[in-house]
This record gives sequence, C-alpha cells and structure tokens, in this order.
Amino acid sequence: MKILNEFRCSFPANSANEALARAALSAFLIPADPTAQELADLRTVISEAVTNAIVHGYRDTEGEVAVCLRMLPGRVLYIRVADKGCGIPDVAKAMEPLYTSAPEEDRAGLGFAIMQTFTDSLHVRSRRGQGTVLTMRRRLGVQHENEA
Amino acid sequence: MQIFYDASADTLTAALSGEIDHHCAGSLRAEIDAALYARTPKILVLDFSGVSFMDSSGIGLIMGRYKILHPLGGELILQDPAPHISRILRLAGMERLARIRTSRKEVVS
Repeated sequence: MKILNEFRCSFPANSANEALARAALSAFLIPADPTAQELADLRTVISEAVTNAIVHGYRDTEGEVAVCLRMLPGRVLYIRVADKGCGIPDVAKAMEPLYTSAPEEDRAGLGFAIMQTFTDSLHVRSRRGQGTVLTMRRRLGVQHENEA
Repeated sequence: MQIFYDASADTLTAALSGEIDHHCAGSLRAEIDAALYARTPKILVLDFSGVSFMDSSGIGLIMGRYKILHPLGGELILQDPAPHISRILRLAGMERLARIRTSRKEVVS
C-alpha cells in the first residue's frame, strides 16, 4: 500500500518518553486535521502502547522503543510500536481486560482494551525473549474544510 | 505535576493538573496517599478539571485510591473530567467505584 507520509523514531525505554511519543503523534497528525476526539483517542493509544513496552517489555532492563507512524490512503493512520524486551508469554491472556502482570504498581490492566476500543484494528506479534510489535490502524473521519 | 489540596470537615479535595500517565502516576500516588493517611477523610474528591490527558495509568491511580478508601468506609468522587477523560472513565467502569460529577450536575448516578 502506498505510504503518503511516514515518521520513525526510537528512544530509550524511559517513562519520560511517553509524553514524547504523544507529542510526536500529535505533530504527525497536524496536516490531517483530526477532530479533538480522534486526537485524544490516538494520543491515548500511543501512550498505552509505549507504556506497555516500557513497563512490561523492558521491566527493570534498558532498551529501545521504536515507533513508526504512517499516513495511508483513505486517511488511515498506521501506528507501530516495537520493543526488543521480554515478549508476552500469552498474548490472549495479556489482552483480557483487567489482566496485568504488574498489579503492585497500580496498573489497571486496561491498556489493550483501550487500544482496541480506540482503533479499527490491533495486531500483536510477540516472541518470548525477543520482543513485541504492536501494529494498529485507525481511519480518520472526512476532513472538513476550514470555515472562515 | 502539582497537586493542590483543599480540606474541609470530612472531605479532602485533590486538584490534579496536566497529563496523567505512567511517568507521573507513581509520584502522584505517593503524594495523594500521604495526604489521605494524614487526614483520613470520609470523602476524597479527585478534581480532574485541570487534567488535559489521562491514559489507563490514571485508572490504576483511581482504583488504587478506591482500594484504600473503601475498607475504611470512605467515598471517592471524580470531579469535572474533560469529555475524553470521561470516555476512559466509562470504558473502565469507574462509575461502579466512584461518583463522577461535574460542578454543575451529576452525570453518572
């Protein structure tokens, strides 16, 4: 599929970079002029994905989180968040609402539920000891012409 | 993030601001809990009117405070969340644990 625009970055798995990922997504979406709700949804989605990589993928270890954003034809936003952390032993279990492997940190276990609700598709590829790649797509609504 | 507190009689109000994510949730949790244990209020109001962003880390923060308050007979109120934060609160079923209200009227009973 033709890629209309693309932004890639990677950063250390440091929680301060969760805000950086949200800012990068917001900036990437400026030309698409999303609605306030679309922007809020997608900022939440990338925050959840990057937090998962940091909290669960790299728990107590250092590593890189790689983010790729693409604008595809039909106003489809593609988001990929990849880590080379510990991987998810049981993806189906991890995607159950309220399941968390970090209850002592007050993690709600709702990251995947939020990502699924706020996107049109979510794909998880994970191998134990090798890392996890999340890919998501969300079609933005019709762009409204600016009203003077 | 800075938290402003207002305590009156049996109510402690913690006004949150800025963005609530995993990065700041730990320090928020510690700070709110210190105020909770110091004052042991019957009602804890978390005021979201100044919060511009919240992901599921905020839900974890709310659930954790509920777990402290509930056994003590305390009540949790979530006040004035922005529309996109209300969506996440509803998605997480927070109305089962806490009253969600705007300063004008209750939105969830």
